[in-house]
Amino acid sequence: MWEAIRQFGDTYLMWKEGPLIWASDVLILLTIAGIVAVLTYFKKWKWLWDEWLTTVDHKKIGIMYLICALLMFFRGGVDALLMRTQLALPNNHFLDAEHYDQIFTTHGTIMILFMAMPFIFALFNIAVPLQIGARDVAFPYLNAISFWLFFFGALLFNISFVFGGSPDAGWTSYPPLTELGFDKGPGENYYLVSLLISGIGTIGTGINFIATILKMRAPGMTMMKMPLFSWAVLASSIVILTVFPALNVALALLLIDRLFGAHFFTIQAGGNPMMFINLFWVWGHPEVYIVVLVAFGVYSEVVATFSRKEIFGYKSMVASLMAITIVGDLTWVHHFFTMGAGPDVNSFFAVSTMAVGIPTGVKMFNWLFTMYRGRIRLTLPMLWTLAFIVCFAFAGATGVMLAAAPADYQYHNSYFLVAHFHQALIGGVVFGMLAGMYYWWPKMFGFKLDERLGRWAFWLFNLGFYVCFVPQYALGFMGMQRRMYTYPAVFGWGPLNFISTVGAYIMGLGFLFIVAQVLYSIKYGERDVTGDIWDGRTLEWSLPSPVPHYNFAVIPYVTHRDMWWELKEQGRTQELRPRPEDIRPIHMPNNSGRPFLLGVCFFVAGLGFVFAWWLLAVLGLLGVGACLLARSFETHDEHDVPAEEIRRYEAQLGRL
Amino acid sequence: MSTLTWEWPGVHAAPGETSGEVSIEYSQPSESLKIFGFWLFLATDMLLFACLFATYVLLHTHTAGGPTARTLFDVPGFVAETFILLTSSFTSGIATYEMRRQRAGSVALWLVITMLLGMAFVGLEAKEFVDYVQMGATMSRSAFLSAFFTLVGTHGSHVSLGICWMAAVLIQVLRQGIHPQTARKVFNVSIYWHFLDVVWVFIFTVVYLTGVVM
Repeated sequence: MWEAIRQFGDTYLMWKEGPLIWASDVLILLTIAGIVAVLTYFKKWKWLWDEWLTTVDHKKIGIMYLICALLMFFRGGVDALLMRTQLALPNNHFLDAEHYDQIFTTHGTIMILFMAMPFIFALFNIAVPLQIGARDVAFPYLNAISFWLFFFGALLFNISFVFGGSPDAGWTSYPPLTELGFDKGPGENYYLVSLLISGIGTIGTGINFIATILKMRAPGMTMMKMPLFSWAVLASSIVILTVFPALNVALALLLIDRLFGAHFFTIQAGGNPMMFINLFWVWGHPEVYIVVLVAFGVYSEVVATFSRKEIFGYKSMVASLMAITIVGDLTWVHHFFTMGAGPDVNSFFAVSTMAVGIPTGVKMFNWLFTMYRGRIRLTLPMLWTLAFIVCFAFAGATGVMLAAAPADYQYHNSYFLVAHFHQALIGGVVFGMLAGMYYWWPKMFGFKLDERLGRWAFWLFNLGFYVCFVPQYALGFMGMQRRMYTYPAVFGWGPLNFISTVGAYIMGLGFLFIVAQVLYSIKYGERDVTGDIWDGRTLEWSLPSPVPHYNFAVIPYVTHRDMWWELKEQGRTQELRPRPEDIRPIHMPNNSGRPFLLGVCFFVAGLGFVFAWWLLAVLGLLGVGACLLARSFETHDEHDVPAEEIRRYEAQLGRL
Repeated sequence: MSTLTWEWPGVHAAPGETSGEVSIEYSQPSESLKIFGFWLFLATDMLLFACLFATYVLLHTHTAGGPTARTLFDVPGFVAETFILLTSSFTSGIATYEMRRQRAGSVALWLVITMLLGMAFVGLEAKEFVDYVQMGATMSRSAFLSAFFTLVGTHGSHVSLGICWMAAVLIQVLRQGIHPQTARKVFNVSIYWHFLDVVWVFIFTVVYLTGVVM
């Protein structure tokens, strides 16, 4: 018995691995104990279940996505700091090679799939239905499922560090290194299974928002009257639908290789590892557009609002979004020009990659022209937008350098590349997500985030960013390759690496200021009493903050592109106030615990697949089947909110 | 159930769309929205199969000295599978037709026939797989066989899930009759079934015909 426990401890809990694991164990246990204690002490378990775990309200789902994204931002950031600490000095052994591999793998995977993705979904959920004048998304129940699949996928991925070992083959997980012959541990299975689970949820979100945007717009809102953020979400959702199946297939085939001895990507028995790499990047490159298009949408809203001008070139903005969705799907081979596909293939993908720069350039100039002669207010969302324009211009320039296929043979997988994609993804996506968070925060929570602390965060994060990544361009030219865990002093990479590490810590400090800002503002932040704290332009600013659960007491009839702004200009804002006689009972979707349970079942099944514990896998899948069947037999999933209740609520808000 | 007023907030039919002849599955905005969503899902499922086809086409000559498509495939077997599945697509089409005429009993009958044909198809495919495995042609024998079993097996598991789903819809039709919600369910399961048939036509061509001819 004792022997069995010791065996279990060594194999799965990795007690021999040393202080990093022990510290994580202790922190996780303390966090869990803390959460349980707080919920029990304040008697909040029922509240948690009724208000959050079972909710199908897009606003609450958005908030849950946001919380998860920020937590994952922290986890991924800690990974980054551990790596930078290891690399600060030559011949450093702060981490061993094994842990370093695990940490760069989890850093990349978490930042893309469990930070950037939930962050964009947070903004999808928070803003889109409000912008287009809808009461919820097209499929609220599916929306909850998508969230819980993401959540349990992320949970599965994160527990790997303390239960069996994390994946350690890079976020791209290339075979044949990731085949069973070279990578025996469960870490790689964790990667494959957790990404598959959250990937299914992501496809659900893509379907949901295409249907929402195409079918649920308020009357009068033609496509060309739709706010640009919603257009960006549509574009992003189309890309999700197009490419996520390819990721799921790539992951599933590799999993079949590992679990059932197939030979898709092995080197023996005729397998072809390059097929994985193609399938992966058929998804992987457009994935960049999935996240950055949403950020572009945020910038379009922010620039127009804080320049107090209509966006310049609305139609060209829409056209360029659509052009990026198409051309962005045709550039994936530039991730492996060195595969040796030949000059014809490489030329095509070099040209298509450079071509994406054209619609992106159109958008850049449109934002600048919108600001031109605008009455600019340098609020936090606007600051992050301005920082983006500078940062992304550099990312674009280095991107074109990388796109030149012959030159890429020099840059390939060097720190030049590392610096480039961080500049694109931090400067493009993270800045955009933060701008969006600051912009819609008052709408979600009813108060503004503190400007002063926010400016500290902004300057620290931005300065830290350049201090961290500019040296990496040079390191790339000096021959430093990505994913090296240490380097000898004679190469002379020490000083630049040290500077880069300092920059990373400054960024970490910036993040702490954001945390402080949120905590401070909960108590002292400026309260949003009008619902229109930024003097906004689109429909969401016509609603009170936070928005009532049914969103619009009366669905507005849309006649202008910047509807709310037009009405304010013409002094007709009263028209968007509900009149008592217009208020009718509203059908709203019922809460359901099933999406949460479905997520739990997927988690159980996932754990079974990771360790090839087949009984657990079958049990989990049976649970999934049971949830699906129960849903199929559900006939009443909506309820009426009586008109009287809405009138009372609107009167309370002072809107009647 | 006929008193159900399925109305989805925020869904606004275009002028003229609600008037005139709208078939029952599209008659409620919430149901027509779900049909639209299901089409989007089918698009993603089609792309999933596209990736599996691409993998198969890449690997189908990589037999690693093991069985090849020509030595393995059994012509009468896959021809029978093809005819059974094509027929089931026709019968599920009749179920949709009867659904529009509001004849629940007839819908149920044609769904049952479709499911039986589907089960026959899955049974034949399972037998085909078992035969191959007994000949030593397992998924781990070669890349070709990995790709074959995964592509055809993914289709087969789609059909199996489709049968379970159809059973659930069948029970609801029997219990509740045909109203906009059950009509939408019959319609969705039916377009799913047709979709699987289309995929099979490609499997028949790309995998089996090409395999025995080339």
